[in-house]
Amino acid sequence: MSTRPQIDQLEKGQSIGEQTVGISRADLIRYAAASGDHNPIHWNDRFAREVGLQGVIAHGMLTMGLAADLVTAWAGDPAAVVDYQTRFTKPVPVPDAEAGSPETHTAWLNISGKVGKIDAEAGTVRVDLTVAWNSQPAPGTPGEGSAGEKVLAKTQAVVAL
Amino acid sequence: MSVNPDREGHTYPPAEPYQLSRDAVREFATAVMAHHPAHHDVDAARDLGHRDLIAPPTFVVRVAQRAEAAAVNDPEAGIDFSRVVHAEERFTHHSPVLAGDTLTAQTTLERIRVMGAGAMVTTRTEVHNDAGTHTTTVISSLLVRGEDDQEATP
Repeated sequence: MSTRPQIDQLEKGQSIGEQTVGISRADLIRYAAASGDHNPIHWNDRFAREVGLQGVIAHGMLTMGLAADLVTAWAGDPAAVVDYQTRFTKPVPVPDAEAGSPETHTAWLNISGKVGKIDAEAGTVRVDLTVAWNSQPAPGTPGEGSAGEKVLAKTQAVVAL
Repeated sequence: MSVNPDREGHTYPPAEPYQLSRDAVREFATAVMAHHPAHHDVDAARDLGHRDLIAPPTFVVRVAQRAEAAAVNDPEAGIDFSRVVHAEERFTHHSPVLAGDTLTAQTTLERIRVMGAGAMVTTRTEVHNDAGTHTTTVISSLLVRGEDDQEATP
C-alpha cells in the first residue's frame, strides 16, 4: 500500500509517475464482458471497416479506465479520486496479431500524470493525465512521457488528500 | 432521423437496479488493469475503512449506460445510435461505490446542441445506492453525426 501524498509537500507541475500499458485483442474482449459494451467495432474488423474505421479500435472507456490506475496508485485509496473526466479525441487501433496468441499486444499506451492544480483549502489536487498511443512497443525516452499520438484530451482527476 | 432539441431537460424512468457483486468489481478491475488491492482484496479495502471492495473510478459506466439507453432509444429524442461517437465522459464521486451495493441510475437529457446536420447530446445520470446515498454523477457527451456528414472516425 502506497503512502498517501501530503498536499503541503506537492508542487504544481510535479510528476505523479508514468506507465506503459500494452493492449491485445483479448483485452478488448475482457473489457466488453466486464463493461457490458459489446459494440462490434471493438472486436470485428469487417464491421469496423463498414462503419468507416481502419479496423477494430479500443473502447474509449477502456483507455480512460486504464489511465486511472496511475492515479489510484499515487492517491493510495481509490475513493480519493472524487472526479475523473476526459475527452475522446483519437481512436486507438488494436489490430489482430499477425501470429501467436490473441493476448499478444498490438497497441501501447503511454500514460503520465502531473499535478495540475492544488486547492489547499478544499484539500484537493487536480492531476492532469497525458495518454498517448503507439503501434510499437518501445515508446520514446523513459521519463519524457507522452511519446506517440495523444488519444485523450483534458484528462483530469481530482484527488482528495 | 434527426436529433430533437425540444427533448432537452427530459428525465427518463430509472433503469432496473444493478446488484454489484465482488466478482463484478474484480472482473472490471482486471479488465481495466486496475491493480490497487482495494479492488481485489476485501481486507485491503477494509484497511482503508471501506465496508467491502471498492469499484474502480470508471466502473459506474456499466450502470450508467443502462440508464442512458432510455435516452438513446427514445424515439422522440431522435438519436441514431449508428451515427454516435462517444465524445466526453465525467464521473463525480460523492460517495464510494462498493461491492454489495444495489445501484439505481436515472438519466436526464441535460443538453442538446444542434450542430449543422448533427448534434452534441449530453446526458446526466445520477446514481444512488440502496441506502439512498447519492454515489455518483455521470456526465456523458455523444456526438451524433448528421446524415450529410462524411463518415467520420470516432
